[in-house]
Amino acid sequence: MVDLKVNLGNNLVLNNPVMTASGTFGYGLEYDDFTDVDRLGGIIVKGTTLNPREGNAYPRLAETRQGMINAVGLQNKGVDHFCKVIYPELKKYTKTKVLVNVSGSCIEDYVACAERIAALDHIPGIELNISCPNVKQGGMSFGTVPEMAAKVVEAVRKVYPKHLIVKMTPNVTSVVDIAKAIEGAGADSVSLVNTFLSMAIDIKTRRPILSTITGGMSGAAIKPIALRMVWQVANAVKIPVVGLGGISSASDAIEFIIAGASAIEIGTANFINPNIGNEVVDGIADYLAANNMKSVSELRGSLII
Amino acid sequence: MHKRYSTDFKVADIRTVNSSCYQLVLQHPDTLPEVAPGQFVQVQLPDSATSYLRRPISIHDADFKANTMTLLIRRVGNGTELLSHVKPGDTVNLLYPLGNGFNLDTKQIGNSPLLIGGGVGIAPLFMAAKHLKAVGANPTVLLGARNVEDLLKKDDFAAVTTTECTTEDASFGTKGFVTDHVYMKDELKRFTSIIVCGPMPMMRAIARVAEANNIPCQVSLENKMACGIGACLCCVTETIDGHNTCVCTGGPVFDSKSVKW
Repeated sequence: MVDLKVNLGNNLVLNNPVMTASGTFGYGLEYDDFTDVDRLGGIIVKGTTLNPREGNAYPRLAETRQGMINAVGLQNKGVDHFCKVIYPELKKYTKTKVLVNVSGSCIEDYVACAERIAALDHIPGIELNISCPNVKQGGMSFGTVPEMAAKVVEAVRKVYPKHLIVKMTPNVTSVVDIAKAIEGAGADSVSLVNTFLSMAIDIKTRRPILSTITGGMSGAAIKPIALRMVWQVANAVKIPVVGLGGISSASDAIEFIIAGASAIEIGTANFINPNIGNEVVDGIADYLAANNMKSVSELRGSLII
Repeated sequence: MHKRYSTDFKVADIRTVNSSCYQLVLQHPDTLPEVAPGQFVQVQLPDSATSYLRRPISIHDADFKANTMTLLIRRVGNGTELLSHVKPGDTVNLLYPLGNGFNLDTKQIGNSPLLIGGGVGIAPLFMAAKHLKAVGANPTVLLGARNVEDLLKKDDFAAVTTTECTTEDASFGTKGFVTDHVYMKDELKRFTSIIVCGPMPMMRAIARVAEANNIPCQVSLENKMACGIGACLCCVTETIDGHNTCVCTGGPVFDSKSVKW
């Protein structure tokens, strides 16, 4: 019998290493008709901000070769709505771990949002999205400068005692430098990668396809780049690494675990196959059994060079 | 929220409708659950290097005796082109039925609704017209296209109920746009409501006429979407309450007055 359990530290133990990425799985509830949500290791719900956000104007989506670019702009009804309306519904999930992706445009907002979610018993952790622009620092993303990343993580760490995952942006020169700063600031784990800054043009009109001109690219096409970054970070930090970026099959997930990821997230692939998460859970179990491995940790970081 | 499914259908038939459109008949493996006029499906594409996401396609017809659903699809890009190459016997996975269909309650929309379709936008109206006829209403259909070749399914509609057509080049029916037809002018008053699906400029124009004449009007939007189930938030339209509303779950059918045109 294979043990799929994964311990990410600070009281976050997943029944298996498969989670769903924020923004691609709603609140889990949207997927109940199509898959056994509770059987996943974890679900990371939609990016939540202190105040409600309407997001960007339509069009927000451009399909690309084996991928897509989005410019949703963190549309959500704010943390109070989440706590009052959505959170009670999420209590029906008893086996999967429900984590909240927390976003903000200044440190104070991140802190206030995290504080409110800390009060929710059924939420064992948050994933801090530091790819957002810092409006007080000229709109530069928090996650692109080690000092800025460390500052926001330190501030949230002070008010958030449960498991703190920090989600990294890949749009930097050195993911390793950022990851080390995040680790030093007290994060329990890091997840990477968020979307790649990109764009698409309609050649008939010569206009950008997205209302925001540029957006974030995800999907199968980014997987090799994400895998390289996860491998680099896993070799540089001691805290667990959660790998994501284009994972669309069990073999993709297994590559990330071999590269050093303790757990993985599935994002865009949920749009194409809403049951992909559970198929990946089964695929990892089959792979471990076929290779006479008893646990995920036996596979983790087992890359042979 | 109604129950939705992920099911592997088999292609029962695929045929060309005109130079840009084709019709796909999909066989459910067992009993086709209830699907309502105006709802849509998310079609998974065969593996491809160029196209990736599912394609949202409105339900053109459903046969609950044969357990089949019919989709009318226009080739607009790589995805719909790819899908046009499936063969009878191939498997096609659908997420369905998605979204809210048309309000066809004659207590609310009256006994004489006018159904207006433009181009491939006629697709969801066929099932709506059949439904209205079956419940004893007196629907009228107005189809518009650039030319007679693009005027899809006019004979099928005519077999169901009174059907009139407009073409921009006068190759069939009244010359001009659907808004040039007498139904949208002097005879508008005899209709109890309007249901429209077609290009945005056409729906906008009809919504304006409907509002000016105080006739209830439903529009069916087709924004680009990734998931189709309210998770990705890509397909939003701005509604008059000031919010961005997902077309996939808040629509695709909206009261024309609730949309910010």
